[in-house]
Amino acid sequence: MAAGTGNSIIEIAGVTRDFGSFQALKGISADIREGEFFSLLGPSGCGKTTLLRLIAGFDEPTSGTIAIDGRPMADIPANRRPTNMVFQSYAIFPHLDVAENVGYGLKTRRMPRAQIAAEVEKALEMVDLADYGRRAAHELSGGQRQRVALARALVMRPKVVLLDEPLSALDKKLREQMQVELRELQQSIGITFILVTHDQEEALIMSDRIAVMFEGRIAQLASPEELYRHPRTKRVASFIGVMNFLPATFVSRDAAGVTVDVTALGRVTIPPALVPAPLDSATIDTVGVRPEMFTILSDRVEPAERATPGTVTGNSYYGDMTYYTVQLDGGAAPITISMRNTAGRSVLPSGSRVSVGWGAESIVLFE
Amino acid sequence: MGLKLDREARSGLLLVGPTAIYAALMLAAPLFMIVTFSFWTQNYLDIDRTLTLANYRTAWSEPIYRVLMVRSLVISLIVTAVTVLLAFPIAYFLSFHVTRRKPLWLFLITVPFWTSYLIRVFLWKVILGFNGVLNTALLDLGLIDAPLTFILYNTNAVVLTLAHAWAAFAILPIFVALEKIDRSLLEAAEDLGDGPLRRFLRITLPLAMPGVVGATLIVLIPTMGDFITPRLVGGTEGMMIANMIQVQFGRANNAPLGAALAVSAMLVVGVVSLVIYLAGRKFGGRVR
Ligand SMILES: Nc1ncnc2c1ncn2[C@@H]1O[C@H](COP(=O)(O)OP(=O)(O)O)[C@@H](O)[C@H]1O
Ligand SMILES: [Mg+2]
Repeated sequence: MAAGTGNSIIEIAGVTRDFGSFQALKGISADIREGEFFSLLGPSGCGKTTLLRLIAGFDEPTSGTIAIDGRPMADIPANRRPTNMVFQSYAIFPHLDVAENVGYGLKTRRMPRAQIAAEVEKALEMVDLADYGRRAAHELSGGQRQRVALARALVMRPKVVLLDEPLSALDKKLREQMQVELRELQQSIGITFILVTHDQEEALIMSDRIAVMFEGRIAQLASPEELYRHPRTKRVASFIGVMNFLPATFVSRDAAGVTVDVTALGRVTIPPALVPAPLDSATIDTVGVRPEMFTILSDRVEPAERATPGTVTGNSYYGDMTYYTVQLDGGAAPITISMRNTAGRSVLPSGSRVSVGWGAESIVLFE
Repeated sequence: MGLKLDREARSGLLLVGPTAIYAALMLAAPLFMIVTFSFWTQNYLDIDRTLTLANYRTAWSEPIYRVLMVRSLVISLIVTAVTVLLAFPIAYFLSFHVTRRKPLWLFLITVPFWTSYLIRVFLWKVILGFNGVLNTALLDLGLIDAPLTFILYNTNAVVLTLAHAWAAFAILPIFVALEKIDRSLLEAAEDLGDGPLRRFLRITLPLAMPGVVGATLIVLIPTMGDFITPRLVGGTEGMMIANMIQVQFGRANNAPLGAALAVSAMLVVGVVSLVIYLAGRKFGGRVR
């Protein structure tokens, strides 16, 4: 997963953006590394596009600074920044054909005509649109427009490519295909990509690192794995994937780790390695467990650190997986458990009495 | 298929029917009559109905008609150029820089058009006349010693009056075309390195072209056939082909020649319009 040289390509420091009395960005600081696939993830209206437009230069921060490649960007307009954008609407010029669209920026740079043609051809090949050069903009499908927009940005050889929800207009199948393609393309050319998305799955699949944003602030900036396994707050945890929240009370903290009493599961000690650094033990009232961290133990002996009895109250069959809701004995709300459907394991009907296995390592503490 | 029309076709016919009949009676029939007339000959009291091209020969060869035709075309082209060039910045300002109360601004632009065309032309006469508002003001201010005479009863006055008369009709189509431009296209152009001027020339102007061509034709075509303005403020120097057509149908009592002149003017304006339309298409590119 690791990518990039580790050098910062973009340094964002204390950036705010006010629209009248409304503050869309409330102090954003982040370093984006050269060559990485970086995502801004958050619900609609949290300020992702606003931040991306500040980086591109279409808008100015109210306070704070943005530096790209070591240069402060305060007085540099969008047309002189080493970034290129793939717009949410793609913004394909309707009066130009595909090749003219892709070559648009090179013409501004006064590149010789023959060289532009060669560069455009290369860029179109890169996005699998070779031979589409003479097509008119309106003859393209959504997926093709997206590729043209991407080629138009890549052909400029920018330091950073900015993508604002580039896949949100595509249907599910094409979107999933493009997620993989975009990721592979980014890795093969090694240019830094910054992707804006509200789709957590998309961010997890594509990114080296993700900044999760809520209401103008970065709630957590981490790798997809870190984000999924160790979400720092309940809000991040419920935004990324599915999380069971179980009421809990703090018992003690010592060299062995943090001990809590969890409703239905009982007393458990979480090892120090899994305890978040800025933990305020006094405020602990909930712990989290991912659905796949529980197992429903069958008659065959399966190793589980701990086991808790419960009753199946519902199931949803997904083909490769089955999602169960299980009411643990003594538990408050039912929990969700996902089980891989392996050979010889049939779906358990509602009402089945089961034993639910889990381990201390699967418990997530929040700050 | 067969003779029976499906329901949709029938209701469609029903809808366009009245308009079609109206158009046939009020537009096609008179036009047909004019064209027919132009191939006849006016004798002293009656009309000779043998078909002839003599009227056209006169219309295209006699210097007086040629001069008037060329002058009409030149005046209407100047009026069109002035009107569209002045309308564009106004439409641009409205579309790109007015963020609040756009409808109010549009409404204000149409206010001068609440009075009749004739009254507006007369008002220009009052403003530009020998003892008019402009001359009196300049005299009183001591800026001039004698009233200016080059401002009324000549081509300048015709151009000024017509340009004012058609302003709103030029602003509106350009405004609509500018409003339709997706602003993210301009950001994309900026993102790809273009400064404001290049952005305007490469994106805004080509995409506004349908509106500009529309405005050009809306102003050019009626201006070419206008006879009220030249009559009232044009003097002899400002006389246009439509005035001559009117004379032929009236005092000169030569309706066939008038008809031939009218058809000729129509052809000229048609050809010029087509050229403008094609030029706009070429410059605007493959806009759809
Ligand atoms: N030009 C603007 N004027 C006023 N409010 C704005 C403007 N642009 C964005 N906002 C507000 O800022 C917030 C963040 O917007 P945005 O960055 O577009 O969110 P998203 O995360 O969905 O991309 C929203 O509440 C939006 O209404
Ligand atoms: Mg957005």
